[in-house]
Amino acid sequence: MGQAPFEKALQTQFILASDGDVIELEEGNFQIAGSLSLEGKKKITIRGKGMDKTVLSFKNQTTGAEGIKITNCENIILEDLTVQDSKGDLIKTMHVKDIIFRRIKAEWTGGPKSQNGSYALYPVLCTNILIDSCVAIGASDAGIYVGQSQHIEVKNCTAYQNVAGIEIENSLYADVHHNHAYGNTGGILVFDLPDLIQKKGGFVKVHDNLIEENNLSNFAPKGNIVGKVPKGTGMLILATSHVDIYENKILNHRTVGVGIISYFMAEIAIKDKEYDPYPTAISVFNNTFERQLGRVPLEGRFAQIYRFKLRFGRNVPHVVYDGVLDTARCGTDGKYLGPHKICVHDNVNQSVANMDAEHDFKNVKRNPADLDCVQEYVKSNQF
Amino acid sequence: MRYWGFFVLLALMSYQPGPKFPAKLSDYGFFDGKPQDQKPAKGVMPYELVSPLFSDYASKLRFIQMPSGQSVNYNPDSVFQFPVGTRIVKTFYYPNDERHPHEGRRLMETRVLSHEPTGWVALPYIWNEEQTEAYLEVAGGTSVVEYKDAKGKKQQVNYVVPNVNQCKGCHERDGEMTPIGPSARQMNSTMTYAHGAENQLEYWSRTNQMKGLSGNRPAFVSYLDENASLNERVKAYLDINCAHCHNPKGPAKSSGLFLGHTYYGSTAYGIMKSPVAAGRGSGGINYDIVPGKPSESILLYRMDSHDPGIMMPELGRSKIHQEGVALIKAWIKSIH
Repeated sequence: MGQAPFEKALQTQFILASDGDVIELEEGNFQIAGSLSLEGKKKITIRGKGMDKTVLSFKNQTTGAEGIKITNCENIILEDLTVQDSKGDLIKTMHVKDIIFRRIKAEWTGGPKSQNGSYALYPVLCTNILIDSCVAIGASDAGIYVGQSQHIEVKNCTAYQNVAGIEIENSLYADVHHNHAYGNTGGILVFDLPDLIQKKGGFVKVHDNLIEENNLSNFAPKGNIVGKVPKGTGMLILATSHVDIYENKILNHRTVGVGIISYFMAEIAIKDKEYDPYPTAISVFNNTFERQLGRVPLEGRFAQIYRFKLRFGRNVPHVVYDGVLDTARCGTDGKYLGPHKICVHDNVNQSVANMDAEHDFKNVKRNPADLDCVQEYVKSNQF
Repeated sequence: MRYWGFFVLLALMSYQPGPKFPAKLSDYGFFDGKPQDQKPAKGVMPYELVSPLFSDYASKLRFIQMPSGQSVNYNPDSVFQFPVGTRIVKTFYYPNDERHPHEGRRLMETRVLSHEPTGWVALPYIWNEEQTEAYLEVAGGTSVVEYKDAKGKKQQVNYVVPNVNQCKGCHERDGEMTPIGPSARQMNSTMTYAHGAENQLEYWSRTNQMKGLSGNRPAFVSYLDENASLNERVKAYLDINCAHCHNPKGPAKSSGLFLGHTYYGSTAYGIMKSPVAAGRGSGGINYDIVPGKPSESILLYRMDSHDPGIMMPELGRSKIHQEGVALIKAWIKSIH
């Protein structure tokens, strides 16, 4: 009835799989018309014959909001296949404990378009996530997006032509390393947002990544927070605490190498009383920055702030902090107490600015002394 | 001899590691006579909901069978907790002509929710072309159906039967399968039984199929009832159509948008709430609900789409529920 025999057989296999099964997919290009779903299973491996060899195409999808949906499972491995062109997200996994994505290519094949789905790889409310050697292309939100999860490793992945290459959102204990994020609007984002089930993210390490040339025009549908990311952003830390950014190459971003901002910069009213809108305890060190002289591109709200308030001219600093402080975490000198500090040090070609957003950008400071610090745990190599 | 065989079968079923379910709907014995006539057998109770879920304009017949001699406890606030062994049966169909509902119909599927000792299980049975039997299809299916609507206009629906996993996509609380419809608010209404018209709760209570019916008997209005207040109609509409996922324990909890009637008016209900992971479902607008401004409200935008990457609910329909869209539009316009 409507479903192609391959699709029906595969969906039936997903449904009838016994715990411990390996579901092998043949080489070939398979058209799938509805979401494939795996639900309530343990220890299942779904394995293709290789990236670009086993291809599941959702180009003519008629039902379901994602390509593959995996829910309420434990110990799931997805490996060696390509998924393409779903109407919504490509692979969404929710409430999965121990999930591995390995050598998965998830892509929209028509280039960056606002009609593309939001997320290519999308684990949410999961625990113990490994995303290894995957490729994400064309997402109208984030290529690799980890939301409201804990204990995460994203490594050896490539993300390009997405709005955000890699995004860690309201997630705890993420290690993002040896990835290549290029040609997106923003390379790697670490966000904490209000009104969510998992309130607080943090303890995120971003290191040894190559983050370059993320200068693509933002093509996210308006209304999504990522739509506010200015093109030419290497990394953006929004309202997250305990983030260490080190030994990355952050190259050729027309707006900012690393931006560190509070949720107030999103200019959306906060009604969630438990929400912490301030980024604190952030270290940016031992990275290499490069950028040619030039003005920031004129696109979006942040560009206006750059143009009319910050007025950096052509010599735009690599690291920018909005300077909005939570007084509860400040000492008598009005500055963050030791553990809450934002520290930027020992970067190649380092240049920093405090936007003084709190006072309508009146006192913009280049290379401000209060960001020139080293966290104790960095000093003693305990990170 | 027949009874003996039945008990052997029961024993066999209960000792199997995974429950085996009948391949044919008629094997359950829910119906007297021809299964397509849908005449409930003894012990199978028909019931109705005040404000049902929209499913591509399909009509529905609903039945409940509790184990013989058992009953369900009343509670005013949530879906009734039916005993193990209960089966909830729902048949989806289209009258050939909605203006003449008794002149033929096309049965599409019958879903059986079976309360096993290990929890609820959802089983979709798809009716054959001959309309004589429905067969279990765990992978679901699709088929095209044509009918004439209430105005006599020819309609075509690409009807999708969800697979068993997708059933759980809605019927889930904290990872467990659960029924959605039968609650006090949805069943506190008069139904026409074989013996005459009677309030469903009172009938169940009077026939000892429900225990503990109290005087606290809330009721939803029918969202189609234009004499009821707009706010009450909206509460009923969003509760049955959205809140099965959009609640703090449901599959859409990651969105932080909760559309159960108890959240009415709050940020969690969408009022000036920014979307989280809506993607192109945002429609290029900023908030779920902007009071007074339907065209700036994502909730309405997603109801008014049939693109699988945008529409809400994301399963169970391929058509836009025009009456629902009109209701929500009028409501958003009316609030400040």
